[in-house]
Amino acid sequence: MTTLAGESLNSCAGCEVALLNLGETLLDLLPQIQIVHLPVLVDNKYYGQLGQSSRLTLPKAVVGLVSGGIRNTEHLELLHAMREQVDVLVALGTCAATGGLPALANLTPEKSITEFAFTQAPSLAVQGPNAPMPQPKNTSIPEILPQCLPLSAHVKVDMVIPGCPPHPEWIAEGILSLLEGRPAAFPSRSVCSSCPTWRKGTPGNGSEGNRPVRRMLEQPSYDPEAPLSSMQCLLEQGFMCLGPVTLAGCGGRTGSPKCIAARTPCRGCQGPALSSSIPSVEYVAALTAAGINGATMPDKPGYISRFNAACDALLQLRESTRA
Amino acid sequence: MVRLTESHLRIAPLSRIEGHAALDIYLDDAGNVADARMSVMSLRGFESFIQGRPAEELPRIVTRICGICPWHHHLASTKAVETAMGVTPPPTAVKLRELCQMLATIPDKILHFYFLAAPDFVLGPDAPAAQRNVVGLAGANPDLARRAVKMRYGMQMALERFTGKAIHPVAVLVGGFSKPLLEEERRALLANVAEAKQFALDSMALARETLLPPFIKQFQDMGEYASGYLGTVDANDNVQLYDGDLCLMDNTGVRTRFAPKDYLTHIAEETAEWTWLKFPYMKKAGGLKLEGQNPLGLYRTNALARVNVAQGFATPLAQKELDIFRKEFGRPVHLVCLYHWARLMELVYCCERAEELLHDPEITGREVRLASIAPKAGEGIGHVEAPRGTLVYHIRTDDAGMVTMANIIPGTTHNNAGMNLSMKMAAQKLIRHGECSEEILNKVEMCLRAYDP
Ligand code: SF4
Ligand code: SF4
Ligand code: SF4
Repeated sequence: MTTLAGESLNSCAGCEVALLNLGETLLDLLPQIQIVHLPVLVDNKYYGQLGQSSRLTLPKAVVGLVSGGIRNTEHLELLHAMREQVDVLVALGTCAATGGLPALANLTPEKSITEFAFTQAPSLAVQGPNAPMPQPKNTSIPEILPQCLPLSAHVKVDMVIPGCPPHPEWIAEGILSLLEGRPAAFPSRSVCSSCPTWRKGTPGNGSEGNRPVRRMLEQPSYDPEAPLSSMQCLLEQGFMCLGPVTLAGCGGRTGSPKCIAARTPCRGCQGPALSSSIPSVEYVAALTAAGINGATMPDKPGYISRFNAACDALLQLRESTRA
Repeated sequence: MVRLTESHLRIAPLSRIEGHAALDIYLDDAGNVADARMSVMSLRGFESFIQGRPAEELPRIVTRICGICPWHHHLASTKAVETAMGVTPPPTAVKLRELCQMLATIPDKILHFYFLAAPDFVLGPDAPAAQRNVVGLAGANPDLARRAVKMRYGMQMALERFTGKAIHPVAVLVGGFSKPLLEEERRALLANVAEAKQFALDSMALARETLLPPFIKQFQDMGEYASGYLGTVDANDNVQLYDGDLCLMDNTGVRTRFAPKDYLTHIAEETAEWTWLKFPYMKKAGGLKLEGQNPLGLYRTNALARVNVAQGFATPLAQKELDIFRKEFGRPVHLVCLYHWARLMELVYCCERAEELLHDPEITGREVRLASIAPKAGEGIGHVEAPRGTLVYHIRTDDAGMVTMANIIPGTTHNNAGMNLSMKMAAQKLIRHGECSEEILNKVEMCLRAYDP
């Protein structure tokens, strides 16, 4: 019996729903696993079952599954408690791995976030400087940290299961590899490598050489009756598709990339492909190769850093623009 | 019973719910509950960081607010953007969206009832904490648990086969839907829905006859209060989940119907120092009080609220269940455990409505999206009924179609005051003279779980 503890930090719980999407496989795994802590499913409490302890404690476990990045002081305290109590710390999903989409908050100073919510939102009864604000200093709510960061920015992480949420096959692979004591085999190539769309290849240098980016206010062309392989690559059609710089595997071991299956472009939710250290630079190269002018992108950080706004390069950029 | 040694109890994390919350209970010198407050622990900042993003990208960003009901954020944000940009999607797209909302709501309700709430009813509120969960449920009733797991999984996969991605969907686009429904897909979905409908009816009967009745008296003893209710109704005053007027019923049962765009006339939000979650209330009451049998300004949302504000369901089997419910409990119904009952009636409704939509000849139409949309400056309010309650998006865009303001009121926010008061009342009734037990604290949490936050 392997003990398992789980926590959701700056998380949307989608990673936990993906765990449930193992379906009956999960029921078959259960006899091998004892879940000692997992707030979304199990009633273990931080301050004792009667809430009388003043110190947060987590039970010991072999495997710790953590979804979500680190956004406030409670997340940080929980992460350290988890690291202390578990043998193998697993970052479940893109948020835990890279900060994920919620790290887009890093592009906005935290003060303007609280100010909007508590002094400016149109539905507030009292607006302006006199509106009462939550007070983490005098109450027991956590303080917001200046940046939303991945787990690895704070502690050592032993395994990363990629995806937003991860495909259940990768969750099973992660858990089974730990149970069986072998290395896990996760995807390593880019979304494009598993994309069935057809590509014309390098565009001619003439009229197609410098096209503007098309927003999803237009319709990609494809025949709904025909399989995905008869649709032209969405990037070649001029749409922002982050497939070239995004880690493959959202469709599981054999499935097509999920957004492409829905006839919509990839936005990078699996996180950066391992090979691309600076996705924004590589991406502009991919756009140029498809004959698209990257400078026409309406919202560069919102596209290229959608799932990667916590990456060092951006944090540095933010620091330098502040200074 | 245990003699408490501390005057402050911190019940954290509140469990078998989706978010991050803690309950602080403060005792007076006599060991009775002076106050109890539920604090929501984080502010994720979506409203702020979606500013500056292209409006058509919103539906692909806001899904990450909630991985349990991403479809509802996907839909409500799309509706708000379409209003701001002044576009109307083709009728087939609207039907496909409502169909997806039904197909997404079915597994959500199964998840909540069987995986989160039912362990209390099946194993008992006093079962040891280590067993009081879905694993314990699988041990106590393996056939039921396996069926629930299979049904939830089957519907999630059916939705994924048609739309590409079930968790954090991408198929709803500003101006329509990303792909049409093919005839063979339609037939496959019909088979899934037929199976789900049978399971919904069985679940309803199980809850109505066996699981919920023993708890009604217990919940009455934990405190019951009259409040306002908010939901969405169609032209015939029936429950509607995708679109329609909002209907706000006050504590005395008086109903006001209004267009969603007028939400600011009827709802305002208060804030508190001790929680990151705001407190919406009925504006006409002039304020909000978290106390008493008839709390000022407090309204609730989610399944029980929807069946309170509506005259009925537009589908026959859900209506039949509502008749039984009304005969037994009247209208409006305030008892918090009946949220579960109402939720299962809605599960039946979602299956019936999905069937209806799948039989609509327009559902397989080929025209699913406007060819091209010009970005423009505007303001839009869009809403849907999410499993957790009315979900409101209010946005503004500039000439380039970039978001300049976004205000979001999710279902759980509408219920913030209601959840707080239900737990405070239960704590006050059950924790007396400094004595408490794990069972008591779990019963307090059962009040919270009824809201499915
Ligand atoms: S990785 Fe995606 S699914 Fe998982 S918590 Fe983050 S946003 Fe949710
Ligand atoms: S750019 Fe997008 S559409 Fe093109 S091959 Fe890569 S993933 Fe597929
Ligand atoms: S196609 Fe891209 S955005 Fe879509 S699920 Fe896969 S990795 Fe995520």
